[in-house]
Amino acid sequence: MANERVLVVGGGLAGLAAAMRLAELGIQVDLMSLTPVKRSHSVCAQGGINSVNDQTRPLGDSEWLHFDDTVYGGDFLQHQPPVKEMAYWAPRIIDLMDRLGVTFNRTPEGFRDQRRFGGTLYKRTAFAGATTGQQLLYALDEQVRRWEVEGRVKKYEFWDFLGPVLDDNGVCRGAVGQDLVSMEIRSFQADAVVVATGGAGLIYGRSTMSMVCTGSAASRCFQAGVRYGNGEFMQVHPTAIPGADKLRLMSESARGEGGRVWVPRKPQDPRDPRDIPEGERYYFLEERYPTYGNLVPRDIATREIFNVCVYEGLSVDADRQCVYLDLTHIPADELDRKLGGILSIYEKFQGVNPRTVPMKIFPAIHYSMGGLWADYERTADGGLVAGSPRNQQTNVPGLYAIGECDYQYHGANRLGANSLLSCIFSGLIVAPGIETWIKSLPRSAADQPASLFDTERTRQQQRHDELLNRSGGGENPYLIHQQLGQTMTNAATVVRHNKDLEAAYGTIADLEARAQTCSLSDTGNWTNQNVVFTKALLDMFPLAKTILQGALARDECRGAHFKPDFVLGGIEAEDPAEQRREAEAWCDRFEAKNTKWLKSTVATLKSDGEPELTYEEVDTSLIPPRPRLYGLVGAEMIEEVWQQRVAQKEQSPGNGQPDSTVAAS
Amino acid sequence: MTTSTHDGNPEAINVRVLRQDGPGQASYWQRHRIAYEHDMNVISVLQKIATQSRDADGQPVAPVAWDCNCLEEVCGACTMVVNGKTQQACTALVDRLLAENPAEIELRPMSKFPVLRDLMVDRARMFQALKRVKAWIPVDGYSDMGPGPRQSQSRQQLAYPLSECMTCGCCVEACPQYTKIELTRRNGETDEQFATREEEAYNRGFVGAAAISQAMLFNENPTGQMNADERVDALTAEGGIQVCGNAQNCVVVCPKEIPLTKSIARAGRAATVRSIKRWLDT
Repeated sequence: MANERVLVVGGGLAGLAAAMRLAELGIQVDLMSLTPVKRSHSVCAQGGINSVNDQTRPLGDSEWLHFDDTVYGGDFLQHQPPVKEMAYWAPRIIDLMDRLGVTFNRTPEGFRDQRRFGGTLYKRTAFAGATTGQQLLYALDEQVRRWEVEGRVKKYEFWDFLGPVLDDNGVCRGAVGQDLVSMEIRSFQADAVVVATGGAGLIYGRSTMSMVCTGSAASRCFQAGVRYGNGEFMQVHPTAIPGADKLRLMSESARGEGGRVWVPRKPQDPRDPRDIPEGERYYFLEERYPTYGNLVPRDIATREIFNVCVYEGLSVDADRQCVYLDLTHIPADELDRKLGGILSIYEKFQGVNPRTVPMKIFPAIHYSMGGLWADYERTADGGLVAGSPRNQQTNVPGLYAIGECDYQYHGANRLGANSLLSCIFSGLIVAPGIETWIKSLPRSAADQPASLFDTERTRQQQRHDELLNRSGGGENPYLIHQQLGQTMTNAATVVRHNKDLEAAYGTIADLEARAQTCSLSDTGNWTNQNVVFTKALLDMFPLAKTILQGALARDECRGAHFKPDFVLGGIEAEDPAEQRREAEAWCDRFEAKNTKWLKSTVATLKSDGEPELTYEEVDTSLIPPRPRLYGLVGAEMIEEVWQQRVAQKEQSPGNGQPDSTVAAS
Repeated sequence: MTTSTHDGNPEAINVRVLRQDGPGQASYWQRHRIAYEHDMNVISVLQKIATQSRDADGQPVAPVAWDCNCLEEVCGACTMVVNGKTQQACTALVDRLLAENPAEIELRPMSKFPVLRDLMVDRARMFQALKRVKAWIPVDGYSDMGPGPRQSQSRQQLAYPLSECMTCGCCVEACPQYTKIELTRRNGETDEQFATREEEAYNRGFVGAAAISQAMLFNENPTGQMNADERVDALTAEGGIQVCGNAQNCVVVCPKEIPLTKSIARAGRAATVRSIKRWLDT
């Protein structure tokens, strides 16, 4: 395959895994990234990476249970075959990363150590201190550098992806990119383009995401006709450190290693937290969720912290919302060994030692569960067909999406320590599929007419020049970005109300119109960060609208998407017969809700710039959806009624409805 | 002139930035004045400068160019010289800087790398150094071949700090032996020709503490050990460990507190052993 090339856009875990595997298959790779790939946002992942392992297996754990936890935690909104395949690959992926030299923590006997994360009862998470993402990224960065020396990978670092190049049949034949130093715009011929550009947190202004996470690359694909799935599902991490420039992540591993979340029972108790006796502390997660305690899934922990501060008035501080995350009961040397990286972040930015003083944290936007729509090819037993060119391919042939920027793996809510896994997994499996895809192409991108690439390059050059030469307008892109972030954060974060979402949509339409008249404070053509930021800002609006419209349309609660007006609620009756009746009614409502809403939101961007929503059935053929009952009042009775319904359905195969003759007898 | 609010905090901060419009051009100082807020760091200072895009005299100016990404001190992007100290802009907290010097905050680009613009420098040489010392595990392939070798806790605790190196450049900025290499493009030279000439120049320059430490990280790995000699050979070639003058500045400035001088000492011993072996073999 001498002339065939693949362009990988994004050099985080997913992009590097794909580049490394493509190179191994003998395919030439061009790797484009906004930043030197070693500085990608994956370095911010802290806690670890999940798989069934030799410690959990004897306790009854299995790949299937990892799969089950992932779809249950995700409220069943993900197609199950890719998730199943991922769970079965997980132990092998961690073995591979181990071979690549990742400095995983060890047991006394020298095996990889594991910790527990949210949404599971097993210690499934391998970790390297509290900088696991950084360590995994470095291992892949090193392998890709090795291929660079071999001449198989060519890096384009400090380059911005401006959009894909599609031929007359809608097949992706390459892309246009811009050198962020010289500002040169050029086209890249490619037989496949892999977009691995991460999440879109900057749409919310401040989040736990890095400054490159603008979502611009995904938006440019969306504007070129790629569908966008489940945009409204944005994960809010329960524990972040508020800051003026960024909301810094405080890893779930802090709770995985025994960290406890609490507030003083007396609102804004002025005492030093260390002087507040146990009896006057409210460990609200432990009290409300005795099974999972501090390790409930993220959406639930987030809502509880939000409720305690906003609605119950129990925030630690009066002037800003926060709760305590307490590690002070754990010996300092153990903390340093397992959590050193994140504790030093807290110490450096807050100037307080979290080994002796409880940390103050609050939820923050953290991860895009939604993303570019991606396909897969299913095997008869519900896995993925190895080497299928459909795996991870978007609706644009030849254009692939992997990692956080695809919508595939996490449904309505992602479990902690599953993101590093899904990024590496999707990166590894996309490569053999692309190999098959390239072999099926009658003509390579190099044989396409030059005019195809020139046209798109010229269009991008014109957009760039038009921005630089614009006179008047006077709008400031940085201020508009702040207003966009504020609007999105207020309307579409932890709690969502339709009237707020509608109002936000109007505000954002105004902001978008104003953004069209931004004047640049730098009109030069050398390392012009001003124009690059303005382009990214303009490209945030299609995704912001998609998030808002998806959230507005979805009148239910599912995972991270929470609308108080559509809560199913618990059951209140005390009398067993009445309890049972309420549970039956609850299950009826749950089934009706799933009939209506157990569907992925799939958006396309119309020519007028407005998203159009359609809904896609979810493949739940392997694990039937069941109620997510973490901490619900009356959960036992609902569970009992639900189990009876499941048993009844199993006895009556066919349409899944209870058999009428059985019901009548 | 500094005015203070009732709580003792200043109303505004004076910032002095050493700017440069492009490679090879003259640098110049520019003054900015921005509103003070609580919990600021140098990143939020630069964000404010970009937003107002006017200097202290109210004249319109282009935003200061700088490099950053994670803002959590794990990506290594935002290294610059703040009040004379090389550090990450994200962990340079304004309240602490003002406590040291209430008059102003001074920002300069690192001096050991070519300036691309303003505070943005080109650290390609550091990544090139990782190629020189073969800082990777040369695995057979990426298919399923079981786990890596078992390792003791003490070995992991030795390796982990070294693997936290984020190639930020503080160590080499502080190093007296690491001198700036900046080439200018010749007339008619293509991108490829220039890149090749630059790579050759980088390969002759001092490899620096970060890359030496990475070589030791891989030489301590049970699999990486199999290629230890290749890395030691790279470290004893031109621009290798012999250039180190033992100033020990590197270990002092490392934001991750990586034991760089220990790595250098270990590399020195490995080089000696290797040369004796070679001598015995001949």
